[in-house]
Amino acid sequence: MTRHTDDHDDSEGANGANEPDGATDGDDGSETRASPGVPKAGRDEQPSIFVPDDGEVPEAGTDSDGAAAGDAPTAERPATDGGVESATGGSDSAELDPDAYDPVDVFPGGDLDLREGADSCYKCTSCDTSCPVAEVDDEFPGPKFQGPEQWRLKRKDDHDIDESITSCSNCMRCDDACPSSVPLSQMHNEARGQFVESQMEKLSREYIRNRILSNYRFFASIASKVPRLANAATKVPGAMWAGEKLLGVTSERDFPEFATETFREWWKARGGAQVEDPDKRVAYFHGCYSNYNTPEVGKAMVRVYEHFGYEVMVPPQKCSGTPMFANGMLKDARRHAETNVESLIEAIGEGADVIASCTSCSMSLRQEYPELFDIHGIEDVSEHTYEALEYLRINEDLEGELAGTKLADEQSFAYHAPCHARNQGLSRQAVETFRDVDGVTMEDVGDSCSGISGTYGWKEEKYEKSMKIGEEMFEHMEDAEGDVGMTECPTCAMQMEHGTGYEIEHPLQLLEETVGA
Amino acid sequence: MAIDSDVLVVGGGLAAITAAISASREGADVRLVSHKASTLRQASGLIDALGYVPATEPATPLREGPPTAGRELDRDEWPDPEGPLADPFEGIERLPESHPYRIVGADALREGLALFDELAGDAYRGGHTDRNALLPTFGGSVKPTARYPAAAEAGLASDDRPALIVGFRSLTEYDARAFAGRLEAAGVPFDVAGAEVEFAEAFRADTKVTRLAKALDHDEEIDGTPAREALAKAVAPHLHDVVDEAGGVDRVERVGFPAFLGDDRGDAVRAELADRLGADVFEISMGPPSLPGLRLEDRLYDALDAEGVRFETGNPVVGVEREADGRVEAVAVDRKGRETPYGADAFVLATGGLVGKGLDSDREGVREPVFDLRVEQPDDRYEWFVDDAFGDQPYARFGVRPDERGRPLDADGEVQYANVFAAGGVVGGADVAREKSASGVSLATGLVAGRQAATEATQ
Repeated sequence: MTRHTDDHDDSEGANGANEPDGATDGDDGSETRASPGVPKAGRDEQPSIFVPDDGEVPEAGTDSDGAAAGDAPTAERPATDGGVESATGGSDSAELDPDAYDPVDVFPGGDLDLREGADSCYKCTSCDTSCPVAEVDDEFPGPKFQGPEQWRLKRKDDHDIDESITSCSNCMRCDDACPSSVPLSQMHNEARGQFVESQMEKLSREYIRNRILSNYRFFASIASKVPRLANAATKVPGAMWAGEKLLGVTSERDFPEFATETFREWWKARGGAQVEDPDKRVAYFHGCYSNYNTPEVGKAMVRVYEHFGYEVMVPPQKCSGTPMFANGMLKDARRHAETNVESLIEAIGEGADVIASCTSCSMSLRQEYPELFDIHGIEDVSEHTYEALEYLRINEDLEGELAGTKLADEQSFAYHAPCHARNQGLSRQAVETFRDVDGVTMEDVGDSCSGISGTYGWKEEKYEKSMKIGEEMFEHMEDAEGDVGMTECPTCAMQMEHGTGYEIEHPLQLLEETVGA
Repeated sequence: MAIDSDVLVVGGGLAAITAAISASREGADVRLVSHKASTLRQASGLIDALGYVPATEPATPLREGPPTAGRELDRDEWPDPEGPLADPFEGIERLPESHPYRIVGADALREGLALFDELAGDAYRGGHTDRNALLPTFGGSVKPTARYPAAAEAGLASDDRPALIVGFRSLTEYDARAFAGRLEAAGVPFDVAGAEVEFAEAFRADTKVTRLAKALDHDEEIDGTPAREALAKAVAPHLHDVVDEAGGVDRVERVGFPAFLGDDRGDAVRAELADRLGADVFEISMGPPSLPGLRLEDRLYDALDAEGVRFETGNPVVGVEREADGRVEAVAVDRKGRETPYGADAFVLATGGLVGKGLDSDREGVREPVFDLRVEQPDDRYEWFVDDAFGDQPYARFGVRPDERGRPLDADGEVQYANVFAAGGVVGGADVAREKSASGVSLATGLVAGRQAATEATQ
């Protein structure tokens, strides 16, 4: 998989050694270099790969992409892709011995940024066939266009990003489908970020609405101070109607309930960890939803892990950034990522692995962070992050533990694998884990997308598409034996509940019940 | 270590599924790990066993020298392949000795097809006979194939009922009139006409086949008319387009569409169209990725589930852990940055060929990236291919060379790992594109590799 993982090193190497004078200017050149040691996130890292902190698109160096390799080294070319420029992309073609070189040598070596991904696309359209949005939306040109094709188009300075990029829901199914490992979702995130940054009217209703939706944590943190009032407010007649008319947030959905006690409040009240073990530690990334809305998931995680003898740490944290990526709010996402990386890397330093109960959160920490940002320690966080059930399956004999267990009251579940679980190879884990538990029937309701995709299904203009995508899942759920749904993703859960009226559980809650934690 | 199984299958296509189910039926506890969504969705959905025995002699060269690129061939001396074969089994002994069919034996192909018939159930046809069926393909040729989707049944080329081939201007890759012309030129025993109709035009210019299928599945309204009715209405005026040899007009008895007639509810879509048109309806597989391939993928993964095989998709196998005695102990799966060992007693490698990325190549050579198995190849890369584009390309046969139990061999002909077995496209020796044998090779080698791996693991 082509990822932006090594820019940090590359830029240092390039700046230190063979970068021509004046090749970098502006932010790139003047930024403080990262130094080894304890990271001070937000201060000592490289500038964002995508959107620099001041919001300006940096001027590119001379050696930005392969095609320009033969140009005179003084030719200044502005970045056209939001600043994604390789630090080592150029090669000095003048050094080639005309009598003895392989034709490929005329192209620069080193990191070609997303070009390599674009070049790997051989137009098989597997991504388009797996795209849940293209399946219901005539207007959406599909992941192939949004990714490699648009990437090429925007090499030209005068080419705007197509507005349809905002119709991509960031389900990332195209990544999983691509036989050629084209970094499609990375390309989409980048294009969306650039679209929002440079083409979207900041005073538009859509921008404000998207900013609010993607900064759910901010509003949830306020609402959870007065959960009963907040819950009541969303039920005031006309409140959701007003939300739709004023902001374009669909009035079809019920606003999620805020818990009267957040997970963190509960954690504090119970006095933190009840198991201490310096050799068996996990840092819990609970995400916004299990903190503010479904603390029972977080509690189940803690109890299950303590049952297996783990010391649980709950580091300070902000939003994982998933809704922000999906709305092109990369600057917001970066701010949150800085805090998360800083506190998670500290926990990792104390011997912990990072655990998330939301599959979009784990996806974000594992894949999108290192793809999109260059923050000191971000690779480390990525490499130490796991989904909660996944981690137990790798490190504990869960099968042995569950063999012969029995659920007190027999229950059938209709399980839906979230897209972001699918992309981490986790789509089958709940079905497999509970297969041998007596009294539990776990039915996989198929591989269709639930359609809500985080904030996507909350947008007035996307609501119907979202329900159309989800239709197959609703049907399969109703055909399933069980009338309780199960999924790892909080917004998939919302959609499942909305489409079928079923109660939805998280696998950790069932695990808590089964192991008697 | 929690991620252990008796047999671990690496790959997600037809060979991997066949191996996993075969191993499971021998009593092994099986896990399947696939990096990407299954390559089945790239496939036509047709199951070929052996359609041709291609000539391995190159066209006569106009000058002396080894059979490499840059040598001019005599275009008048083009060697013809043998076929289309009526019976795939009778052609096997005329294949080169290094061909996988020759190595694992014709019975493996027979049993592999029988297993497929059982898994595919009523969704597939052709299992009643050893003989190949002739089906029209995307592009207008006729292809010998061993098994075909029920949705394609009414399109058999051996059927002599007059046919209409429907196309849509907006589906640029599919020209119905040219298609019909090529079918006629191919000498099919029926009268055929092609017609471009307006239906897909209601969608965007480059609509995905999945979008069209979904619209038909749900019978969505298109400009106020339900999709199935709208499609039938568009086709109806062309039911008398066929002109027979005598110049008489014949009402068609069957209508062929590009394969987008529904996904989950394909049977209902076809039945309703047939009813409205008063003619049988069939699908013609299009280029990849195709709905027949997607439907087959769904069906086979359901079969894996029913068999109790555990599977996961999304993470690649990136390395192996070897034991001192020359066996493989575990493979490393890259779970988004962290390598996790997956242990097993035996492994099946079914990662595909060059296109499926089971083989990797650069200017230095061709490699098998997971176990670093030997891939036989000429040292000079200019000998990897020959000028004759449709000729006997050496690269087409690249792959690992197995013994009769499916274990890859090293340069000295010795088994590389006692507990590693190979199946499908990663196995060399077959030119599946020219032979029309890709699915058959997957079924035969998958069956053998799966069984042998189970034997190795449970002994």
